[in-house]
Amino acid sequence: MSAHRHSSPLAVTGKYLALALYVGFALFPLYWLAKIAVTPDKLIYTEGTALVPSSFTLENFRTVLVATDFLYYFRNSLVVSLTTAAITTCIAAAAGYAFSRFTFRGKRLVVAIMLITQMFPLLMIIAPIYKIVAAVGLLNSLTSLIIVYTAFNIPFATFLMQSFFDGIPKDLEEAGMMDGCTRFQALRKIVLPLTLPGLGATLGFIFTAAWSELLFALMLINSNDTMTFPVGLLTFVSKFSVDWGQMMAAGVLALVPSCLFFIFIQRYLVQGLTSGAVKG
Amino acid sequence: MTARNPSAPGTSRAWPSFYLRYMVEPYVYLSPALILIALVMLVPLVIGISYAFQSVNLLRPLDTGWAGLDNFRALWSDRKFWLALTNTFWWTAGSITFQFFLGLGLALLLNTSFHGKRLVQALVFLPWAVPTFLSALTWAWLFNPTIGPLPHWLAALGILPEPFNIMGDPNLAMWGAITANVWFGIPFFAITLLAALQSIPGELYEAAEIDGASAWQMFTKITLPFLAPMIAITVMLRTIWIANFADLIFVMTGGGPANSTQILSTYIFTTAFRKLDFGYASAIAVALLGLLLVYAAVLLVLRRKLVKI
Repeated sequence: MSAHRHSSPLAVTGKYLALALYVGFALFPLYWLAKIAVTPDKLIYTEGTALVPSSFTLENFRTVLVATDFLYYFRNSLVVSLTTAAITTCIAAAAGYAFSRFTFRGKRLVVAIMLITQMFPLLMIIAPIYKIVAAVGLLNSLTSLIIVYTAFNIPFATFLMQSFFDGIPKDLEEAGMMDGCTRFQALRKIVLPLTLPGLGATLGFIFTAAWSELLFALMLINSNDTMTFPVGLLTFVSKFSVDWGQMMAAGVLALVPSCLFFIFIQRYLVQGLTSGAVKG
Repeated sequence: MTARNPSAPGTSRAWPSFYLRYMVEPYVYLSPALILIALVMLVPLVIGISYAFQSVNLLRPLDTGWAGLDNFRALWSDRKFWLALTNTFWWTAGSITFQFFLGLGLALLLNTSFHGKRLVQALVFLPWAVPTFLSALTWAWLFNPTIGPLPHWLAALGILPEPFNIMGDPNLAMWGAITANVWFGIPFFAITLLAALQSIPGELYEAAEIDGASAWQMFTKITLPFLAPMIAITVMLRTIWIANFADLIFVMTGGGPANSTQILSTYIFTTAFRKLDFGYASAIAVALLGLLLVYAAVLLVLRRKLVKI
């Protein structure tokens, strides 16, 4: 597009300089996190602001994995995030399919309700949810977190899945249905295989969202056994706020699953996520 | 939908089956989503609004019941509430302005061709994938002179008299929180605006170039008009989102020092979480919801007026 324009060398240099600044701004905090995590304890105060540590250790990671409860937090978070992502994606795929393939009475109302849930302050329902969860005896259980996160993420996941279904021509399943499939068979055998990348992207988005949720987890969980990673890390920070190396090593570990999913979904970010919104 | 499609399967069947297929079937697919949203979000929302008119404090279990407008009267004379309201305004305005302009700049850059584009795009979008609590902790650490470089650099530049903890200074803490929010939010705007940029037909630029338009003219006459609807909707939704966004400030400062970073959403959370005063927390939440509704209504009216002209 605009790349066809002939640019002066000055403009080209400026462009690469600007890109370098953006990349630097994006990566610097993460670099610093990793840098402190691999700096030996005795060097943290003496060369706290040096860009590169003069020696290097993995001791902090070992301590975090062996001597603290972070492996439990990690496992709890993994259970919550994976289950939430799986359930949400199934439910949202069904709802997104209905939005994409049917015109029905009350559709505008349902869409409006889903949009509203994305806009009111979620903190508004933190107190009622605490009371309800306490009343059914699910405080300090991962189940309550899974149910709550699933409901929170369904609207966004539904719109995302709808945009993926919209991208699959209707003719395909209609042909299948003419050949004698029921709609459900056509969905299962023809549409679902084509939308696998969309399902994967939705899984990734929901996993990332559930992995980083903090406030509801703080409210609903206070026993050490069922803490998720964010709650555990925050508790650790407020208790042992001088173990800089260990805190940052734990932080780097929290980054790993998010980054894995990010690498997986980043190619869908621009095309997939917003194609529906732009067309509409 | 009105006429029966002769090629559709099942036309020979009776009317109820036809009715079932087109009226009930979508709701079969929608029902799990709708049931969960109703139970986990809509019912608690109604209960939450009702809490605003009750006295619900887990620390004073005997003192519960309807309280009329007591919570709102207390809110009206609560200095912390008005401070949080002002802070919410600065937090939202500062964050959205920088996020938007830096995000737009990044989207324009990514819409050109250059070497290593795939890698650069992945790297600049990375902050979006970093969990919020971790972004908050990382930035709080960067602003801490013990292990972070930023206070030392700012002192070397003469901006700070000496390297102290920026998040501990009532005048600067909000800027620290906004910086972290901008870092976290640039990718969102860049992604949305880049998608909109890519939908602009390339022929328009080619035609403009043949007519001898400058780069600035192409930007203001082609790019901006095409982006405008997308910009309007994303800025509006993002403003609401940022005003509701409590995680970052809660982790970085907990609203301190001296409430200088207390915004309405963190005030709601600390009131519910630390004081367990659910009635008062809900009253603040209702006030915030009211403000957001007014904001959205004003924007919609403005938009209608501007479109008429």
